[in-house]
Amino acid sequence: MAVVTPADVQTSVDLALRGKRSDVAGLVFRLALLGTLLLALAILLTLLATTLVDAWPTLSTRGMDFVTSNVSSIASRAGVRQGLVGSLILTGFVVVFALPIGVTAAIYLQEYARDTRLNRLLISNIRNLAGVPSVVYGILGLVVFVQALRAFTGPASFGRSYISGGLTLAVLVMPIVILITMEALRAVPKNIREGAYGVGATRWEVVRSHVLPYAAPGIFTGAILALARAFGETAPLLLVGAVTGYISTPPGRDLSEILQGPYTALPTQIFAWAKLPGDDWQANTAAAIIVLLAAILVVNLAAILLRNRYARKW
Amino acid sequence: MDMTTDAPRVTLDLMRGSTRRRRKERLVRAVFAGAALFGLVISLAIVLALVGEAVRWLAAIDLGWLWSSGWFPRQDEFDLLTIFAGTMIIAGIAIMVATPLGLGAAAYLSEYADPRTRRLLKPIVETLASIPSVVLGYFALQWINPELVQRVFSSAGTFNLMAAGLAVGILTIPLVASVAEDAMYAVPGALREAAYGIGARRRTVTTRVVFPAATSGIVASLILGFSRAVGETMVVAIAAGATGGALRTFDPLSRGQTMTGAISSLAIGSDQVRGSDFAFDSLYFVGLLLFGITLILNILSERFVRRVRRAY
Repeated sequence: MAVVTPADVQTSVDLALRGKRSDVAGLVFRLALLGTLLLALAILLTLLATTLVDAWPTLSTRGMDFVTSNVSSIASRAGVRQGLVGSLILTGFVVVFALPIGVTAAIYLQEYARDTRLNRLLISNIRNLAGVPSVVYGILGLVVFVQALRAFTGPASFGRSYISGGLTLAVLVMPIVILITMEALRAVPKNIREGAYGVGATRWEVVRSHVLPYAAPGIFTGAILALARAFGETAPLLLVGAVTGYISTPPGRDLSEILQGPYTALPTQIFAWAKLPGDDWQANTAAAIIVLLAAILVVNLAAILLRNRYARKW
Repeated sequence: MDMTTDAPRVTLDLMRGSTRRRRKERLVRAVFAGAALFGLVISLAIVLALVGEAVRWLAAIDLGWLWSSGWFPRQDEFDLLTIFAGTMIIAGIAIMVATPLGLGAAAYLSEYADPRTRRLLKPIVETLASIPSVVLGYFALQWINPELVQRVFSSAGTFNLMAAGLAVGILTIPLVASVAEDAMYAVPGALREAAYGIGARRRTVTTRVVFPAATSGIVASLILGFSRAVGETMVVAIAAGATGGALRTFDPLSRGQTMTGAISSLAIGSDQVRGSDFAFDSLYFVGLLLFGITLILNILSERFVRRVRRAY
């Protein structure tokens, strides 16, 4: 039995009283934490604002002409049409290859695989693949698609083709698709599966008619985010696109000629332009970034809204 | 009512179900397993592609070339310490930016924000995550360097490791924030309530209960963030300014080269690799080093994450 002394009562009363007073240190701590989020927001806004200001000369004078023009060595005539088209085609490869393979692999790992050594190895392997730097995927694409499979990816372009670039991006985002899909499948409660098993459904029937419909919004959101990632990815494309371009052509090519290679993408175009001197090229770079960000932010906003709309409470 | 007499007898064959369904089931399973194995194929391909080419390169060069005054591939100077130091400087600056901002954001979202503010604030972090790195590279060159770095350090040039490192740090914030938030969110409510029950304030609960309980996950988030910063390419390629090779330096205010930057500038030929047969192929070796370093970091962070899971 604990003995309550008047001193204990005194301290607890003291504490209770002091607790009611404003907790300055706590408030400062809270504001500091909130400040980190607001700083992140400020960085985001600064980035958008400065890029918009830089881009204004191009956007205001050219307008849609900038979006519909091809690359050119003259800044006032250069546009992002080819880059935009190229990026869309590359993203198409991701839709065709990475999404189906990624989603089926995730279904296997989450719904079928037992907890064996091989399957654990597979999952941790995929988690590690998601953390491999994107340049390394570029090297993979260079060795496999550009060099080894050149006969298939385009002998005329020395393998630096849409096929090589697209497949490299597909391989790059596949681990991300797998992980996000597994997450979505894991969120479907067990009793929904058991309800279907209880009436005699096979595993595939359970997955198709019960699990997938419930996990669909999550999978869809993940797919959109993966596409946005692929759309903005630059480093691997430098390896898969420009490498053989250098080997196959005499030195002294200017950047616009490099851009006119067999394929280009919006982010690669931005990278190339960012290194050109002069205010007009800087304005073009900023304008191209605005186009890229507009595409990516709209897609991301759609994904966030979709998730909030379909967020389920079980 | 006696139903059992009218019901069909349940035989073993009946319980097995129809052959057609079972065959379909096996087929679907095989297809799915094949897709899953594809992941293993990709990693094997990466390792084989890198190791094969890297070994060929190492066998062809003079190993003394790996230790010299700087990274100048066309002059057969492949000083590994140059690009390693550059990588560590960039990643170090990045993690110094991402640690306070990422963990602060994570703590606020996990411990302070109510569901409504959470839904309002979380998209900030997510939007930041969706900014392509090439855009951050441009931002580093056009804004971070002139407005921040050069104002504070007048000796900084147009291209320097500091500006690139700050931009990589911004890129790393969302990753650190989301992994750390998951870890803090996973701390059981009972622990918090026990602390509240003896009169602790929210700040005390956050710093004395949630942080210690989520340590493994927080460490994992920082390791992952560091690994991401080590592998970041485009910011370095644009803002660190070593397109034609770099001298060995440990000064964050000078130009420098990183492992990723070396790979990308070899790939686009901006360092004019003519004159050396070995320059271009060095990117496989650098790629293998990069792959090894990030793999070790990722495995390490997974260990830490697993420890959180085991605890609760």
